[in-house]
Amino acid sequence: MTDLDLARPAPTASYRSTLPPSRAGFAQLVHAELTKFRTVRGWSLGLVGAVVFMVLMSLSGGHNGGNCVNGVCSAGPSDPTYAPSGIPVTDGFYFVHQTLDGDGSITVRIAAMTDTLSPAGPHEPAPNPGAAETWGKAGIILKTSLTPGSAYAAVLATSGHGVRMQYDYTHDIAGSSAAATQDDPRWLRLTRSGEVITGYESADGSNWTELGTATLPGLGTSVQAGMFAASPEYSQNTQLLGGLESSAYNSTASARMDHVALQGDWPQGAWTGTAFDYGTGSYAADSGDGTDADTAYVVSGSGDIAPEAGLQDTSQIAESGAFLALIVLTVLATQFVTAEFKHRLLGPTMAASPRRGRLLAAKSLVVGTAAFTVGLVASAIAVPLFDRMWPAGALYKVGALTEARVVLGISLLLAVFAVLAVAVGVIVRRSAVVITTVLVLAVLPYLLAVGSLLPGGAADWLLRVTPAAGFAIAQTIPVYPQVDGIYQPWGGYYPLAPWAGFAVLCAYAALALGAAWLVLRRRDVTA
Amino acid sequence: MEATIEVSGARKRFGQTLALDGLTFSVRPGEVTGFLGPNGAGKSTTMRAILGLDALDEGTALVGGRRYPSLTRPLGHVGSLLDAGALQPSRSARNHLLWLAHSQGLGAARVDAVLALVGLDSAARRHAGGFSLGMRQRLGIAAAMLADPPILLLDEPFNGLDPDGFVWMRGFLRSLAAEGRAVLVSSHLMSELEGSATHVVVIGRGRLVTEATVAELIARASNGWVALRTSAREQAMAVLAGAGATVAVTGPDALTVQGMSGEQVAQALGAAAVPFAELSPHRASLEEAYMELTREAVEYRAQGVSAPTAGE
Repeated sequence: MTDLDLARPAPTASYRSTLPPSRAGFAQLVHAELTKFRTVRGWSLGLVGAVVFMVLMSLSGGHNGGNCVNGVCSAGPSDPTYAPSGIPVTDGFYFVHQTLDGDGSITVRIAAMTDTLSPAGPHEPAPNPGAAETWGKAGIILKTSLTPGSAYAAVLATSGHGVRMQYDYTHDIAGSSAAATQDDPRWLRLTRSGEVITGYESADGSNWTELGTATLPGLGTSVQAGMFAASPEYSQNTQLLGGLESSAYNSTASARMDHVALQGDWPQGAWTGTAFDYGTGSYAADSGDGTDADTAYVVSGSGDIAPEAGLQDTSQIAESGAFLALIVLTVLATQFVTAEFKHRLLGPTMAASPRRGRLLAAKSLVVGTAAFTVGLVASAIAVPLFDRMWPAGALYKVGALTEARVVLGISLLLAVFAVLAVAVGVIVRRSAVVITTVLVLAVLPYLLAVGSLLPGGAADWLLRVTPAAGFAIAQTIPVYPQVDGIYQPWGGYYPLAPWAGFAVLCAYAALALGAAWLVLRRRDVTA
Repeated sequence: MEATIEVSGARKRFGQTLALDGLTFSVRPGEVTGFLGPNGAGKSTTMRAILGLDALDEGTALVGGRRYPSLTRPLGHVGSLLDAGALQPSRSARNHLLWLAHSQGLGAARVDAVLALVGLDSAARRHAGGFSLGMRQRLGIAAAMLADPPILLLDEPFNGLDPDGFVWMRGFLRSLAAEGRAVLVSSHLMSELEGSATHVVVIGRGRLVTEATVAELIARASNGWVALRTSAREQAMAVLAGAGATVAVTGPDALTVQGMSGEQVAQALGAAAVPFAELSPHRASLEEAYMELTREAVEYRAQGVSAPTAGE
C-alpha cells in the first residue's frame, strides 16, 4: 500500500424518483394479498369448486331426517303440522270430546293412570327392565277446532312428571307432583270465561288450586272439549362400538277418569271418541247407575301434543353443504400460506411489507373474506333452489331471522376456519401438517360427535371444547324440557348455544393467530 | 432520502455458526459497490439483515439513515433481489410483479414499464415457473426497480446470465449508479464485477477484509508491477528505490518496479527529471488481487473449521 491515496470521486447527489407518490399502507397490502390469491388459477378454481360442492351437498343432503328407517334415510317431505304461532308441532292423541258453546267448565277425577311400552316392530328387542315413558299424558283438553295444530289448553296428569297445565304446545306449567292413583287421585278442571281459560287441580274436588290461565288464538264461541290420552314414542338408545343402536317402542297412556262434570253454559251431551291426527287409542264408558258423575271413562291413547323437537329444517341445508366446503377452504387457505414458505416468497413479501403483524392480518382478511363469500354465494344459490325443490309447507321453514343467522353464521364459520388454517400455516409451515391439524381439530370431532360414533356424553364434550363447537351456529332446534327430544349431537343438537359455540371456535382462531404473530415476529425469514 | 447503506458492528449467530462478526461498511450513492467474499462469508446474511428479514444480534444496518422495517413505503427506498427463485411457479411474471406493485400502491402501467426495462415484455404472461435462471434474474431486477428506488441490493444477479445478459447487466448497473443510485451487488467472483463495480467491499468470515475502490484494490495487490524502459537506468533505480519500491533490472534499458503504481512511478521520475521511454503497469488481475485478499478466509474454511453456510 502506498501512502499516495487514489482519490475517490466526489459523492454524487442521491437519485430522486420521478414516479408520482403512492402509499404502501394496510389497504395496499390487502390489495397485494388479494392479487396473490387471484393470480394462482388453482386457488380461484378452488373457490368456485367450494361453491359448487356446497350447493350440490346442500341440495342432496339438506333433507335427510324424518324418514329414516334403521339408518336408511329417504328424501321426502316431512309435512309438519304447524301451530298458530308458526312452529312445527305434533298433534296426535285420543280425544273423547263434544262441541261446547260459550262459557263453562269441565271437571274430571283421575284415579288411575298407567303407561305401557310395546315394541314398534317385530325385530325390536324387549325394552330394558324399568324403562318407561314419563311423558304419557291423560286429562282434559279444550281445543279451538278439530284441525291438527289448532290451539288448545289442557290440564293433565303425566306418567312421570306430576300434574301440569299445558297450552299452545310450548307452554308448560307444573302443578303438584301427584301420580294420580287410587290412593292419591287428582281432580282436574278447565274453565272458559270469554277469552280466558283457567286450569285448576285439586286433591279432593273441593279445594282447588289454580295452575294458570291461557288466552288462545282463534278461539270462537264453539270449542271442542273433553278427555284425552297420549304418550309419545319411546326410544331406547344403546351405544355400541362405532355406532348407536336405537330401538323405538310405542307407548300407550291409559287413565280411568270419573266424576266427569260439565258446568255453566255447557250442556250434557254425548261424547265422541276420535283418534286425532296420527294418534291412536280407544275409550270405554263404565256406567254405574247411569248418571254422568258416576260414569267412569277409561281413555287410552298414543301420540303427543307437543312442539316437534327433532325436525329437520331448511336451515340445515347450509350446514350439510358447508361441511365439504370447509374441507376445500381449509386446503386453499393452507396452500395460500404454505406456498409462501415453499417457494421462499416470504422474503419479497416482507421486503414489500416489513410490518409482520399487518401481513398476518392482511392474509387472514383476504382468506377469511374469500371463505365468507363462498358461504354467502353458495347459500344465495342453494336456498332458493332448495325452496323450489320442495313444495311450500313440505318442510319446516325456520323463521327469516333464524335462516339469516344460520346462513350468515355458516359463512362466518367458514371464514374463521380458513383464518385458523392461515394461523396454523404460519406456525407449522408444511401444508400436509397444517391440513391434518385443522381437520383433526375441527372435522374429526364433528364426525365423531354427529356421526354418533361416541357416547352422548363424550360427543357433547367434543362439541363444547373443540373448534367443532362452532357448528352450533347452525343450531335451530329449541330445547323444551317437557318434550322427550333427541338433544344429542347425532340428532342435530349442539350442546352450546349458537353464538356461544361460535365463540369457542373464534377463541381457537384468536389463540392461533396470537401464536402465529409471535412466531412470525421472532423468526428470521430464512431460519 | 440519501441513497446510502450503513452497516455498523453487525453480528449475527445461527446456532453454532457466527455468520457476521462485527461487520462494518458503507455504500454511497452514484457507485456500484461490489460486495465480495467467498461462499459463506456472510454476504446474503448481511443483505437480509439490511432488509430486516434477519434480525441482527448486535449492531445496526441502516438505509438512508433509517432501519428498513421503519420505512413506510419500503420498495420506494430500497429495491432488492435476494433470491431469483422466490416465485410462485404457476403465477405469470406479470402477475408476480402486479402483487408487488399493488403492495406499494402502484398499478399495472408501472409493471409493464419495468418489464420493458428488463426486456421481459414478450414473456410477461408466461408462468414464472418455466423461466430460465437468467430470465428469473431479469424478473428479479424488474421487481427491484418497481418503485424506482434510490438504493438497490442485488444478491448474485449475474448467476445464470448468458453472455448477452452479462453485457446488459453491466451496462444496466452502471446506468443506475450514474443516475445517483446506490447499488450494492454481491458476487463470489470478482471477474463478474469487472467493468461495473467502481468500489468493492470484501468480506470473509463475517468480517470486513477491505473496503476500497477497484483501482486501489489492484494497486494494493502485492504481485502487481510496472515495466519501465528508460535510458537512465541507474538514476531511475535510485529514485524509485528511494520512493520505497522494489526495483529489478530485466535488461539493458528495462526495469520492473514493484510496490508502486504506474502513475506513482511516472510522478516520481517526472519530479526527479529522469527520462523514460515506456511505462506499462502490469496489474495483477482483479481476480488475483481478490484471491490474495480473501486467502485467509478460504484457508480457514479449507482447514475444516465449521464455516457459516446459512443462506448462501
